[in-house]
Amino acid sequence: MSTSPPLLDVKDLNITFGSGESATHAVRGIDFSIAKGETVAVVGESGSGKSVTALSLVRLLPPPPTCRIEGDIHFSGHAIQELRTSQLRELRGKSIAYIFQEPSTSLNPVFSIHNQISEALLLHRPEVREISDEIERLLELVKIPNAKKRMHDYPHQLSGGMQQRVMIAMALACRPKLLVADEPTTALDVTIQSEIMELLVELKNEFKMAIMLITHNFGIVSGFADRVIVMFRGNIVEQGPTQEVLNNPQHPYTQALIDCIPKLGKKQERLTTIDYDKISGATQK
Amino acid sequence: MQPRKIFRELCKRPIGMISLGVLVCFYLIALFADFLAPYPTSTQNLDKPFHPPTALTWTSSGLGCKVYQNADAINPDWKPVKNETRSIQWFAEGYDYKFLGFIPANTHLFQLKDSQEGDRIYLLGSDSTGRDVFSRLLKGSQVSLTIGIAGISITLFVGFVVGGLSGYFGGLSDFVAMRFVEFLMAIPGLYLLLSLRAALAPYFKSDQMFYLIVVILAMIGWAGTARVIRGMSLSIRRRPFVQAAESMGQSTWKILFQHILPNLFSYLLVAATLSIPGYILGEAALSFLGLGIQEPAASWGLMLSQAQDMKVFMFNFWWMLTPGFAIFITVIAFNLLGDTLRDIVDPKFQMNRSS
Repeated sequence: MSTSPPLLDVKDLNITFGSGESATHAVRGIDFSIAKGETVAVVGESGSGKSVTALSLVRLLPPPPTCRIEGDIHFSGHAIQELRTSQLRELRGKSIAYIFQEPSTSLNPVFSIHNQISEALLLHRPEVREISDEIERLLELVKIPNAKKRMHDYPHQLSGGMQQRVMIAMALACRPKLLVADEPTTALDVTIQSEIMELLVELKNEFKMAIMLITHNFGIVSGFADRVIVMFRGNIVEQGPTQEVLNNPQHPYTQALIDCIPKLGKKQERLTTIDYDKISGATQK
Repeated sequence: MQPRKIFRELCKRPIGMISLGVLVCFYLIALFADFLAPYPTSTQNLDKPFHPPTALTWTSSGLGCKVYQNADAINPDWKPVKNETRSIQWFAEGYDYKFLGFIPANTHLFQLKDSQEGDRIYLLGSDSTGRDVFSRLLKGSQVSLTIGIAGISITLFVGFVVGGLSGYFGGLSDFVAMRFVEFLMAIPGLYLLLSLRAALAPYFKSDQMFYLIVVILAMIGWAGTARVIRGMSLSIRRRPFVQAAESMGQSTWKILFQHILPNLFSYLLVAATLSIPGYILGEAALSFLGLGIQEPAASWGLMLSQAQDMKVFMFNFWWMLTPGFAIFITVIAFNLLGDTLRDIVDPKFQMNRSS
């Protein structure tokens, strides 16, 4: 690893929903970091705390009595936990941008995409004068054909892949240093998935931003991530360079997760499932 | 849904179009009431109480009207006088008024030509003191029709701010706001109306009564609206595009007004159309009970309360009930329009159409 300080450094992050006996510990004391320009994949089953971790980075979770975030989050020199809401708002979008799972619901149905991208521009890059030109440029960047005409479309007039491209364009509009992609391809079919991922990598290289990629899809992980973080029940059970983790998983959960992937050419009677008793035993140690 | 699209859909529905047409006519009439009305609302003509609607005839100089004489010394029993007519002058000068409240004018659509003292044209008869019901109906429409719009504007604004904020923030503020709303809703409307009127009345002059009534009606009306909007904002708040806006660093007020409000637009449109009749009827009820608009000003409810006169029933002076018909038509038109709009913006309906 390089000696320069990481872009994002998370130490002993605890996230708890509710309080007292009914409290749910979504994330239990995890440490990780993301370097500049790095693509880090976070994998794990549903409910393992991936999305909550991602949202906690700029405190997008409900305020205290409902949800408590403890620990240190440092993002390029800012201690996120100590920032006021107004300072945090500066950071949101401009430094850390998000792409969510469902592009069709992440766009406001009553506004044209021109409106929605311009909202992002007005908010974080008020110096941009020719907003329509900039939007056209952004849409061309994410490879939407006929951008000049399409930018006046409403979300329902676009296909799922195009909607996700618009979301990416919105995220890019603010030139973030870290792009958090929360299952960006889950709602899309396989061919579109690879197109979107290739687009993300291309843009990543162009803008030199880091990507935190939350996914279930090991195909995407092996193809695009530099490093992998495996989460299980609020803990990080394993992290390391992608090929190392995928080829030589150390933790039984990671092994089990990889075993669950149906393999071509291998005869299988039933799909493999995870034997939780075995894993929790290993995690306790 | 886009306003233009809603209007296009509306054009395909005859009932909605007719209702909208009727309402537009009524509001235009209210706007030009002073121009259309031949006499001021308060000018009495004590010689001619309960004069029946004047019959129109052709005279040598164009359209004219008959002259009536009372056949009975005690009870009104008006009969037309044979071979005596008055002619009508179009765009004639009459009483002074201010068009739109600030442009001085005295032109009226019609007046009686060289009328002597006491000669009047009563298109819809006269009331117990000989005032022209037609003129009063037109002037009264200004009060009765604007009260609905003014009331619903205040209601929707307060309802949106309270409901939207409490739905957005949730937690304690939501709890407090909603319990207060429930408290307001638990009091029967009419009693609340009457007690508010009694409590606030000393501080208002009778010419400010209009504003007082609007405020009272809105104070009662916002609770239900706030509750519904709270529920909707609660559900929209959980939609990913709000989270996306938050993740972009948008401020709370902007999210409320730029993302949540436009998504409520179609509901608000329907809610407004369907609740305006409530305000019109509320004003009519207050005025009918003598607690609303005060004489000599006119409103439809106030005019109806004058129709309680025993003579109206005994002699069947039907023209005294015209404000009732006017209320009826307005309320029906608003309800039908609201129904049609609801059909248009209802997503279930859209699914049926597109499949």
